[in-house]
Amino acid sequence: MEMTRRGFLKAGGGALATAMAFELTSKSQAFALDSDQSFKLDRTDEYTNICCYCAGGCGSLLSVRDGELVNLEGDPDHPINKGGLCPKGATMAQLRNVVDPETREVVKNPKRTTKPLVRRPGATEWEDISWDDAIKEIARKVKDTRDANFEEVDADGLTVNRTTAIASLGGSQENSEEEYLILKMMRSLGVIAIDNQARV
Amino acid sequence: MTSHWCDFQNTDVILNCGSNSVENHPVSALWLEKAHEQGAKWIVVDPRYTRTAEQADIWCPIRSGTDIAFYGGMYNYIIEHLIEPNLAKYQETGDMSEYNFEYLLNYTNASYLLDPEYEFDPATGLFSGWDKETKTYSNHSWHYQTESEENWDTTPTGDYAWVSGEGVPEFTTPTLQHPKRDMTLQDPMCVYQQFKKHYSRYTIDTVCSICGMDPETLELVYSTYASTAKPGKAGTVLYALGQTQHTYGAQNTRAMCIMQLLLGNIGVPGGGVNALRGEPNVQGATDMGMMVNEHPAYLKWSNTTDRSSLRKWLESQTYSDGYYTNKPKFIVSSLKEWFGDAATKENDYGYDWWPKVPSKTGDIDYTHISTFELMQQGVIKGYFNWGMNPCHSAPNAGNVRRSMANLDWLVVADQVITESASFWKAPDMNPEEIDTTVYYLPCALIYEKPGIILNSGRWIQYRQQAVEPWDQAKPDYEMCDLIWTAIVDLYKKEGGANPDPILNTKWDYYVDGKIDPRPVAWALNGYRVAGTECNTNSANPKTDLLKGYSELGADGSTACAMWIYSGMWNNNDAPLDAAEQPLCRRDTNDASGIGLNSNWAFSWPSNRRILYNRNSCDMQGKPWNADKKLMEWNGEKWDLVDQADFVAAKNGKPVPPNNKTFFMLWEQNARLESYGMVDGPLPEHFEPFESPTDTNPLNGAFQNPCAFGTNYESTKQGSAVDYPIIGTTYSVTEHWQTGGQTRLCPALVEAMPAQFVEMSEELAAEKGIENGDEVRVFNNRGSVVVPAVVTKRLHPMTINGEVKHQVGLTHHFGWADLFGTGDVVNDLTPNVGDPNSFTPEYKAFLVNIEKA
Repeated sequence: MEMTRRGFLKAGGGALATAMAFELTSKSQAFALDSDQSFKLDRTDEYTNICCYCAGGCGSLLSVRDGELVNLEGDPDHPINKGGLCPKGATMAQLRNVVDPETREVVKNPKRTTKPLVRRPGATEWEDISWDDAIKEIARKVKDTRDANFEEVDADGLTVNRTTAIASLGGSQENSEEEYLILKMMRSLGVIAIDNQARV
Repeated sequence: MTSHWCDFQNTDVILNCGSNSVENHPVSALWLEKAHEQGAKWIVVDPRYTRTAEQADIWCPIRSGTDIAFYGGMYNYIIEHLIEPNLAKYQETGDMSEYNFEYLLNYTNASYLLDPEYEFDPATGLFSGWDKETKTYSNHSWHYQTESEENWDTTPTGDYAWVSGEGVPEFTTPTLQHPKRDMTLQDPMCVYQQFKKHYSRYTIDTVCSICGMDPETLELVYSTYASTAKPGKAGTVLYALGQTQHTYGAQNTRAMCIMQLLLGNIGVPGGGVNALRGEPNVQGATDMGMMVNEHPAYLKWSNTTDRSSLRKWLESQTYSDGYYTNKPKFIVSSLKEWFGDAATKENDYGYDWWPKVPSKTGDIDYTHISTFELMQQGVIKGYFNWGMNPCHSAPNAGNVRRSMANLDWLVVADQVITESASFWKAPDMNPEEIDTTVYYLPCALIYEKPGIILNSGRWIQYRQQAVEPWDQAKPDYEMCDLIWTAIVDLYKKEGGANPDPILNTKWDYYVDGKIDPRPVAWALNGYRVAGTECNTNSANPKTDLLKGYSELGADGSTACAMWIYSGMWNNNDAPLDAAEQPLCRRDTNDASGIGLNSNWAFSWPSNRRILYNRNSCDMQGKPWNADKKLMEWNGEKWDLVDQADFVAAKNGKPVPPNNKTFFMLWEQNARLESYGMVDGPLPEHFEPFESPTDTNPLNGAFQNPCAFGTNYESTKQGSAVDYPIIGTTYSVTEHWQTGGQTRLCPALVEAMPAQFVEMSEELAAEKGIENGDEVRVFNNRGSVVVPAVVTKRLHPMTINGEVKHQVGLTHHFGWADLFGTGDVVNDLTPNVGDPNSFTPEYKAFLVNIEKA
């Protein structure tokens, strides 16, 4: 019997979608009984990673073939999750790739935006911008804002080296090395309005 | 967490309060169910019959925002049923069959005498030290009486000889004030007697009236949880944002600590105060001190009062006893990492290049909620959002987007166009009137870059890069490097407002000339500066990584950005190979037998798996529970199963057991009463900023007199007359936070296609609403339309004699163009917060509802 995934979901209800979600990113058809299909993890390299959702720190195993992710599942050796993943963790591969419902081809997730954009004052739409130009413009805006709003010494004569005109928010989504670099950049610019998800 | 996920299996009683961990931290269930199968009792205290309640033995509904009343009643129960009836017998015979008196007397400050001026007045709801002009407390009278004083011995043979070393900044060393104690607990000024008096008001009937509880269920909860007071028994409390997101959220957290101390549950296997944290690396971001007043590794950032110079920092922050006597080593090593060769003893290691946060009473606040007021006022002009989406997640989100429209520029680094990146496109905004320039920078996914991440149990783990980022996406570390180096170039070329802090900042995190997180890991772990050859060439990498933080110096000889992480990345034979570092260990052989997993990854600090673990043994060093041993004194030395979180040996000699079991505090005993909070030394019940009742039976203050942000015009406080229904927010397992990731995954949107408002059958009948109807939920701040979920999981409650309804909303959808869209529920939540943590009060506010 050949049953399309969408047809199966309609028949089986949403609850099963989460249980099977990890399958959705592979080209294999879970319910198509094709015995001579090669093992889907054949010729793959394995990498370990840690989940991007709650702070459980569950381990995941990623299988990569020819530079592309072909499978993501719980790390069976990981002492916290012992191979299991929750519905969110099990679908992490969809952050990058999804199966096109029409063609059943694996495609880049169409809702993820992977190029820099700029929105100009008063504009109603985004414009494309190169990385080089975006960085140049951001650096210029940071410098101009800092230069116009920098307090080296406060009213009491205390050296304070700060600017209250720039704020930075976030960090709990980044890796720790990135957190340090963000913090170091902001503090060295004189930013005091620094916060992240830990506040809320 | 003071323990870790796998430790839940060791508990005798589970208390989920303010957390729905089975739904929102699903992996917790693996370990909770293991304990449950082994006979543990499971209690859930929650407004709603949650997926966690479904697994538990006891569900005790609570009105959102009344946790302190619940905990206060628990203390009163413990005092009346366990301490008072058994104290005299214990003092005569040493009998501890019902209650662990040894823990209370020796490991907490129960016996310490408080300042004679200490007082609490229920009529006003105020503690001693209140200043009605500034609406702040002086904590002077919350301190202890002093028995004797002791100064540091800084002579060449003294304990603190390092203070006199070359290169160590000058400062006046602290004086240790030994507190007066009464080990009989009878002195009226001892902490125990004041504590007993304070909570004698928290009777079962009063608590039930405030919390909307049933007395029989409440007593069952108290007796079940208090059964862990017996030596050798353990109870664990699991909490999340249901506890912290209140105008007294920090006191809620303290209330849990106090409960655990009264029951001897901290530092024992299966015990602890366990924050189930909700972001993948929020533990790391907290450790990193990415907040206004914080500094990496739980030090404090420089300010304009008690930390206005390096000397003042050292004098105000260095503890008189315990492990934090070493703080000068941590701060000087941090400066040395930050500024490198430019940091010298002569220039206070560059301390004045760090920006100073205004800290006088009445100075402007710069934390999250306040930043939007400052945008309105035109103070904040430029804003970076790193994987955070305040237009969706910040309270009073309508006010947030209107405030952000006043920015000159905004930079959003994310993987999707979030509500914040597109705030100017929100349904109620007119882009043509908004002059903000917005940059969207596409970031790499977690498996498109390598790096360090910490879980809630303080495990430092490593993410391997599996694939290259799609298209033009870049890791945040690369974006950060691009922006930083472009700014540095501009300052080198053009000069500008004091360029010294920028140009003296050390930024050398490159491998083969390319930005790389691995040399940053060296900085976090720490390395020896003096005489060290450093080379980040991958062919011949060289550095001198510290084995651990005990090697840090206050003399500029070491550099370390994060002292608590020291030891995680310390293999000098392969310094660029993450797989060869302690944080990448994958040995699943658990010699402890109780799930410590000490050879898997690395747990800060110093690979300790259970914090405060000395408390797992009695005064003779024998474990309270011999089957679950973390350590034992064998008469000559300590046999350690976990790494010692106390002084087990000094100068190579074993230190026999003593009462210094909390050595991160100067008292080295834990605080039932604490002078460290701005809004009172003991948790006291207050009503939320928006309360459904006009009565506080416990005190005359009604609400927290120190609550933060209540004067902002934008908060638009609503009353129970207009908005009689209690609102709260929560999450579902299929979605996560603002949905930037989960609404990007079609499978998850298919599984949970919308957000909803959940209500009782009684409220639905009253309002003529049926399951699935579109419902408008509104208050002074906003209005959202969501489908109704009418359930038996919520019930009307009787609060101070009146029937009240509660509704709950999920909050994962917004206008951003992902696979699912919806209204922003945080348009409803109030932008007020806790005065210690400045955490907003998302979890208890007022709304009204009608069929849309």
